[in-house]
Amino acid sequence: MTRLVYFAWVRERIGKGEEDIDLPASVKTGADLLRHLKTLGEDYAHALEHETVIRIAVNQEHVEHDEPIAGAREIALFPPMTGG
Amino acid sequence: MAGDIPAPVVVRVQTDDFDSAAETARLTGGHAAAAGAIVTFTGLCRDEGGRLSALELEHYPGMAEAEIERICRTAVKRFSLLGISAIHRVGKIAPGGNIVLVIAAAPHRHAAFDGASFVMDYLKTSAPFWKKEHFADGSEGGWVDAKESDDRARGKWA
Repeated sequence: MTRLVYFAWVRERIGKGEEDIDLPASVKTGADLLRHLKTLGEDYAHALEHETVIRIAVNQEHVEHDEPIAGAREIALFPPMTGG
Repeated sequence: MAGDIPAPVVVRVQTDDFDSAAETARLTGGHAAAAGAIVTFTGLCRDEGGRLSALELEHYPGMAEAEIERICRTAVKRFSLLGISAIHRVGKIAPGGNIVLVIAAAPHRHAAFDGASFVMDYLKTSAPFWKKEHFADGSEGGWVDAKESDDRARGKWA
């Protein structure tokens, strides 16, 4: 099981802040994960519609979409950051 | 870096307000003689011409602190800072309220200015915080969009 956490409008559109899911073996990178999640329902498809906008963090560190996510305990998906 | 004492790095994410004078005294307490320059930056919530009643700040607990700390430690090395504090508030903040505080201490002013500016430019684009607007008429506005100008500001340090 992998813990997924969502923030800001990604969280609002998916309708939850976190969940534990089993990822198929075919999901090897962040981009694979986004494509997989978009098949899980309209809410996911809407939240992740513009894939390149979504930022990904693995175990609380930023990663690029083409980086491997194998063995991740926690994967976060969120919009570009607007703090400060 | 002056002396053998590691430069203090203070990072906090909190709902409570902060006191920049107290935080400055705390940061420089151990380095009062070495620091010839302290730059203090405070980011505030604007009222956007009276339209805004509050900003709501969301963050990724754990990663937000870790990311700010990474940025601060990079700044300490790059600008030979004597100390750095970065405090970021979360929750609802009314116009005029404090959002973020960065204090950079260095032997000379250029390093202190650059250190504070570097930390803010990276914090805005890499630390996982998001702002949502609440309007004075009671309606909930949208999430604030990231600005290309912030990416450009960060790019100048590359």
